[in-house]
Amino acid sequence: MSEQLQEIADRVVAQARPGEQVEAFVSRDSETDIRVYEGAVEHFVSAQSEGIGIRIIRDGRTGFAYAGTLDPAAIAEVLAEARDNVEFGTHDEWAGLAEPDGVDVVEQELWNDALAAYGTDHKIELAKELERLTLGIDSRVRVDDSNYADVAVETAVATTTGIRRNGRENGCYVSISTLADDGDETQTGFGFSVGRSPDQFDLAKAAKEAADRATRLLGATKPASKRVTVVLDPYVTAMFLGVISSTLNGEAVSKGRSLFKDRLGDAVANPIVTLVDDPTNTLAYTATDLDGEGLAARRNVLIDRGVLQGFVHNSYSARRVGAQSTGNAVRGGFKGTPGVGCLALQLLPGTRDQAALVADVADGVLVQSVQGLHSGVNPISGDFSVGASGLVITNGQVGAPIREFTIASTLQRMLLDVVEIGGDVDWLPMRAAGVSLVIRDITLSGA
Amino acid sequence: MIDQDVLERVLATAVRTGAEFAEVYAEDKRSTSVALDDGRVEQVTSGRDRGAGIRVVKGDTTGFAHTADLSETGLRAAAEAAAAAASQGGGGERTIALTRGAERTVSPIGQFPDDVRKTDKVAVLQRIDEAARGAGAGIVQVSAGYGDSSKHVLIANTDGVFVTDRQVRTLVRVTAVANGDGGMQTGSQSAGHTMGFELFDHIDVDDLARDAARIALTKLHARPAPSGALPVVIKQGSGGVLFHEACGHGLEADLVAKGGSVYRGKQGELVASPLVTLVDDGTMTGEWGAIAYDDEGHPSQYNVLIENGVLTDYMWDYLRARKEGRRQSGNGRRQSYQHLPMVRMTNTYVLNGTDEPDDIVRATEYGVYVAKLGGGSVNTATGDFVFGMTEAYLIENGEITEPLRDGNLIGNGPQVLSDIDLLGNDFAMGNPGTCGKDGQGVPVGDGQPTLRVKSMTIGGTAA
Repeated sequence: MSEQLQEIADRVVAQARPGEQVEAFVSRDSETDIRVYEGAVEHFVSAQSEGIGIRIIRDGRTGFAYAGTLDPAAIAEVLAEARDNVEFGTHDEWAGLAEPDGVDVVEQELWNDALAAYGTDHKIELAKELERLTLGIDSRVRVDDSNYADVAVETAVATTTGIRRNGRENGCYVSISTLADDGDETQTGFGFSVGRSPDQFDLAKAAKEAADRATRLLGATKPASKRVTVVLDPYVTAMFLGVISSTLNGEAVSKGRSLFKDRLGDAVANPIVTLVDDPTNTLAYTATDLDGEGLAARRNVLIDRGVLQGFVHNSYSARRVGAQSTGNAVRGGFKGTPGVGCLALQLLPGTRDQAALVADVADGVLVQSVQGLHSGVNPISGDFSVGASGLVITNGQVGAPIREFTIASTLQRMLLDVVEIGGDVDWLPMRAAGVSLVIRDITLSGA
Repeated sequence: MIDQDVLERVLATAVRTGAEFAEVYAEDKRSTSVALDDGRVEQVTSGRDRGAGIRVVKGDTTGFAHTADLSETGLRAAAEAAAAAASQGGGGERTIALTRGAERTVSPIGQFPDDVRKTDKVAVLQRIDEAARGAGAGIVQVSAGYGDSSKHVLIANTDGVFVTDRQVRTLVRVTAVANGDGGMQTGSQSAGHTMGFELFDHIDVDDLARDAARIALTKLHARPAPSGALPVVIKQGSGGVLFHEACGHGLEADLVAKGGSVYRGKQGELVASPLVTLVDDGTMTGEWGAIAYDDEGHPSQYNVLIENGVLTDYMWDYLRARKEGRRQSGNGRRQSYQHLPMVRMTNTYVLNGTDEPDDIVRATEYGVYVAKLGGGSVNTATGDFVFGMTEAYLIENGEITEPLRDGNLIGNGPQVLSDIDLLGNDFAMGNPGTCGKDGQGVPVGDGQPTLRVKSMTIGGTAA
């Protein structure tokens, strides 16, 4: 199947005119999305889509066009549009496609035949089963919706610079949204489980988390403002790392838009902090063998024992700063050109579990969820302020639930203020792995 | 896009297995976007999206399939897939007769994007770049974007609805980065309307660019935002997103039905300060969330949600209205033919009060003046929300004084609605927004006059 897409990409690239660099990215995906409510199927979506994006660079100028179809006439139109769009770009001496760099691909098992063969009835049953399990845990819990989803994607890329790669990948997940009531009060929760195939699901764990998340905040109060030590749940740490990653983005750095732009070699974090981006780690949910430009994905150390070691780059951002691509081109699909991003971030873990970390905190908060990461964090200035909820920690013991407060600091200070990293790594369906994290001197704003 | 007799046959195929309802939503969309960054036009992008989504409803189950193939064969295959998804058996033959709905125009278009040269689109951004850089030596980086889309839409269903529409939108945005002794700061502005290229006769892009630069430069001298509960004055047209997030979503009938809304069962009750009248209005000419028809073929409407503090009604789509024996309110929307429609807002705003905006500030001894809110999110079941303040100042002794660094504002929707104690007479619409409910983006507008909330929690770092 992917060979068919490769042929389409190859045919486009073969039409390059002298002086043109041409890249064709072709994808086709199929998805199933099932939503169950009160034991019945609420919706069942079965969909296929495909498309092509063509990038042309000539004399340092870039043009791009895409279409959500692989109809030959449409592809011809996309090629013509991309070529026309070149005329309007500004000359950029660094513009250019990626070139093969000799780095070997670390093969990953990204396709699962069992999932591809899995029956519709079984998929529906999984969502129903998750709903049943969740409702059985606590009588205060209601289910908003229970979902099963899977997606299979095939892609092919070809360039005039000699890149020619294709592959396919599939995956699935179940998720559930919950509500818990106590008198007039309602709180919400969610749970999920992901896998390359449904036999990797842990429905019981997803159900338990969904019920716990909704019930644990019942009766929560708003705390008084003060300065505290926080222990971040693994899920929250993963979200926090996602924010940190945008400051280590080579594109932001090359355009002078990162707070770390002139800090290579500096101690930017507590020496216990080592941060790596490693999509070759098969445990990572976002493990992959290729980046968005078709180069081999690879392990990059970004912060080594507190010292800023490097940034992540695609071929363009690397060229701008006189470096090599780190295999970190990310591509959202055929509708856009590759950007730069971390693929699978991980803080090297410590050794102790969360309970041990909490036991060392005299006055603090166990932060279980955060809200407003995108609105309250400025990766350019480093200002950090997010809404949060969690549990009070007093003399090493977790206590009453609290909500409707913010935690604030700056990204720069938070990295230096890291006290300890837990040993409880959780490979979440995100671009960063979770782990418990202790940070001191955080401003908590509440009543 | 698709002939009427083909549509009738496809719909008949879709309900052959006994479904009560089937719908075809087809679109053909062309879009252009231009990105300027670091002084360069990085890229002009042309996009084409074309296809149809077919929805089949049987009992409480909805089946959905979509295809990029608009031939009768392609549509029938999708119809069969959707029908199979909605049902496992049964059925019979039904004949579908469509009646073409009236042409309806909410936002007349002056200059369609397809008729404008790409050079002219690019020139808008070059002008913005120049104006922002010219606003001060501290401006070190500017990025700007232009986007337009022109979408032909066709909707037909087994109830006989058959409408077509052409939706045109044009948007421009700019972000300026300023550098000073205390690090970098950013300022952003945007403008977007259901207009063609005549947008640039309506707005002054130089002003827009200079305003973004001004925000970034001002914040170079900003002090950390205070932390804790304080009175908050929100400038006209800068806080409508708060009402969209913190109140609007809770008034969407699909969320209400599942108990996922704090406003469930509150119709006829006082849910806000009596000063507040909240409206969702798809008919507001030229505004970002304006539509002639919603994405289920229902004409857009002016819907009063809260009147003088009393909850009057929720917003409805086809499914929720059918289920509860109500009328649709023109709020069934979707991102594209690849998505199922659901209850969505259009332009959501608070009507004018009577206070002079200056008096509102003057009446505030110590608090925060929010001149621009960024993005945010809300938990509709609890009403708890979070918003970023991207331009804010301290109010001391009834006067706006020092600029504040970015921080989050948190609160609870129903609480904030009750805590509005002063409402200005200077209504304005805000920036174009994209609502992301359930992962589907649709264009929405919001607006409000200057107003004061007695107490909100400011998530700054200052003690």
